[in-house]
Amino acid sequence: MKSLIQATIAILVVSALLFYAADALSAGGGKSGKDTLTIFNWGEYIDPDLLKEFEKETGIHVIYETFDSNEAMMTKIQQGGTAYDIAVPSEYMIEKMKEEKLLIPLDKTKIPNLKNIDPYFLDLPFDANNKYSVPYFWGTVGIVYNPSLVGDLDFSSWDDLWDPSLKRKVFLVDGAREVIGMGLNSLGYSLNSLDDQELREATDKLITLAPNVKAIIGDEITPLMINNEATVALTWSGQAADMMYENEELDFAVPEEGSNLWFDNMVIPKTSKNIDGAHAFINFMLSAESGAQNADFVGYSTPNIAAMDLMDEEVVSDERYYPSEEQRDTLEVYKNLGPDYLGKYNELFLEFKMSIR
Amino acid sequence: MNKLSASAKVYLTIVFIVLYAPIFYLIFYSFNSGGSMNNFESFTLEHYQAVFEDSRLLVILINTVIVALLSALISTIIGTLGAIGIVTVKDSKMRNTLLSLNNVLIVSPDVIIGASFLILFTMVGIKLGFASVLLAHVAFSVPIVVLMVLPKLLEMNNSLIDAALDLGATKKDVMMRVILPYIQPGIFAGFFLALTYSLDDFAVTFFVTGNGFSTLSVEIYSMARAGISLTVNAISGLVFFVTVLVVVGYYFMTSRTSKRMEGHR
Amino acid sequence: MQTKTSKSALFPYVLWIAFFVIAPIALVVYYSLLDLHGNFTLDNYKAFFSSVYLKMTLSSFWYAFLITFFTLLISYPTAYFLTKTKHKQLWLLLIIIPSWINLLLKTYAFIGIFGLYGPINAFIEVFGFDPKQMLFTDISFVFVSVYIFIPFMILPIFNSLDRLNPTLIYAARDLGASAFTTFRRVVLPLTMDGVKSGIQVVFIPALSLFMITRLIAGNRVITLGTAIEQQFLVTQNWGMGSTIAVFLILFMVIIMLITGQKDKGGRVR
Repeated sequence: MKSLIQATIAILVVSALLFYAADALSAGGGKSGKDTLTIFNWGEYIDPDLLKEFEKETGIHVIYETFDSNEAMMTKIQQGGTAYDIAVPSEYMIEKMKEEKLLIPLDKTKIPNLKNIDPYFLDLPFDANNKYSVPYFWGTVGIVYNPSLVGDLDFSSWDDLWDPSLKRKVFLVDGAREVIGMGLNSLGYSLNSLDDQELREATDKLITLAPNVKAIIGDEITPLMINNEATVALTWSGQAADMMYENEELDFAVPEEGSNLWFDNMVIPKTSKNIDGAHAFINFMLSAESGAQNADFVGYSTPNIAAMDLMDEEVVSDERYYPSEEQRDTLEVYKNLGPDYLGKYNELFLEFKMSIR
Repeated sequence: MNKLSASAKVYLTIVFIVLYAPIFYLIFYSFNSGGSMNNFESFTLEHYQAVFEDSRLLVILINTVIVALLSALISTIIGTLGAIGIVTVKDSKMRNTLLSLNNVLIVSPDVIIGASFLILFTMVGIKLGFASVLLAHVAFSVPIVVLMVLPKLLEMNNSLIDAALDLGATKKDVMMRVILPYIQPGIFAGFFLALTYSLDDFAVTFFVTGNGFSTLSVEIYSMARAGISLTVNAISGLVFFVTVLVVVGYYFMTSRTSKRMEGHR
Repeated sequence: MQTKTSKSALFPYVLWIAFFVIAPIALVVYYSLLDLHGNFTLDNYKAFFSSVYLKMTLSSFWYAFLITFFTLLISYPTAYFLTKTKHKQLWLLLIIIPSWINLLLKTYAFIGIFGLYGPINAFIEVFGFDPKQMLFTDISFVFVSVYIFIPFMILPIFNSLDRLNPTLIYAARDLGASAFTTFRRVVLPLTMDGVKSGIQVVFIPALSLFMITRLIAGNRVITLGTAIEQQFLVTQNWGMGSTIAVFLILFMVIIMLITGQKDKGGRVR
């Protein structure tokens, strides 16, 4: 009995001390409103120095929270409870958030730096006239591979993945849109297909890929590719850039039949209590200097032309990260499929997954 | 007590090596000057330095520890009382119902617990942040405590309690002097596993947190897309060493005092 | 006798059940009756009885069984030997400490350890064998799951072994029982409650494992937990996700009924 009481007291004392320590370390955190700005972003997806600089410039205190999936982020914003001022969803999620009326329209007069963005990335179907969103980073979906381990395959076509020499060597990303989309693309169909016949064909074709599939995984593919554990992987260009930065042997290709063009974008969710601050932050991030610094830190492709002028020439001219306009024409942006077809894509993806044994 | 045979020692050694292998592996790479848990380039302390420069990460670490300690403590109290209550229920159907309800949160995947708690909390109007996270952690740790305390209560001898009552002990005495000391190992087991639940949880915390409050797990998971930085390895290494020091130190401190006390009896 | 104090002891616990168990179950059942457009329907339940989900249920049970079996196989001797060590409480704590380090980090460490260029393959190569890809196999999946659950099994077994009266064992041996008979007839029955507890805290959560099904098994193993996670976080079909959860809870109740103490226990009879 005595030791139970002792333990209880010890825990309470330690907790009190820790409370005090946390309080001393975080001056002024926890509040939200006029003088603070709460940002909701993917982990490690911004240069923390930029946040400090923004705080110094504007006197606004920044609270930085992170999420690991678009859907989880949307659930949090939908339920409210936290005054998120900025969020960074992918493009298909913006359509959804628009439908659910979770976004506040942008006041462009407060974002003069919008002029720095490549017009190619403005006024896209998922958000006409950029009423709600400003592009943050963009990229493609393609194949990262180790040229020394795949013979003379160069993955200029999706069909190269079906090559018999790749038995048990292909890694796929755990996403229904990406994998079913690849199946559709390889048949020359649109990756936004709403045609049951096309979807069936794509799934059947994917099932014939099963013997070549080693695993369907997520972000863990990065260390595996870097370590030469994996030979070929379907992945996003941003992640491929991370891998190639660590392992120079690797190469990245976007097959010619077409692929996905994706965007992560800054938006102001309706939970915001500091809309002026949010605009100031978006404008700050769109400046040439911030854009360049952030792209250097994160390693993804920036839509900011002014920033590209300040960046390493070698990076900016690399067509694997910054495809030419001609290449970009083969790419498609994900459309919101609606709940029924999103369900259908996931069902088919599950069917494909179960075929890998 | 019979001594351990050599083969038993070998067996235990292997178990411990396996249990600690991944931890030493990630601590090893926390000294890597390369950016990731892959090729070891050369020795550096820069990641440890980064830990102490990153006050946001330190606050998150402290929050994590506070939530873990407090939630484990509170859930241990609720769970122990619950277990004591459950064994007094005479009707076996009722008891099994209670136990089934107890285990619902163990079988439910974290996303479901997280999403339903989020809906509940926003409905009731609990502010998302420290309080909601603490409440959620208490909630999902209670069942493990019950399951750890229950077997100790079941194996307890009824005659022990009857004897104490016959000797004129009050109910309170029975609780304090007979029941609690007997089930104490179960209580501690429950507490430690509640700590594990709390420290490991990502999904529930993610859903119910807000207003800038974050824990280490949430932070680590959301880093996965862009690559987990070795600062996290360094912070885990530090936490690991401090924990081992505290545990070993505390053990020898208490075992010395309890030995002295035993001598008086 | 003392039912009054015990009833009041039950109070915070019942409050917990009401708010954190009954209320979420009600929510889950409610959502399970909704389709994608928010209309009431039983379609989700029908969908569960399709071959995909039945296959998934079977494989969940199979892997949960394997995981529980191996966890028990390793934990029982460990717990037994631990009770015989000097400083046994300290050793027990040292078994738990690894579980306090973040699981995702440990999983990444396992990916490195099992990898083609990891320490295990380096070790194998010393003996002249070819390196093997151990990741994304059933073995690695079960191994890592067992790793995660070991402390949960060891603790209750240790606790029940620890209080075992050694004179009982001596008596049995004196009466001519072999070591195995002593174990089977004396030690095992007396530690059954601890073993049961351990099986429950391993088998039940093992049914709904997710994360490592992707990280370690590369989605070659698909459990009900994975399916729920997908339905909630990817498809955003909360209806179907909740339906699977309802079934998981049903399975758990059935397991409890099978393993539950029929009329044993209950101090106040």
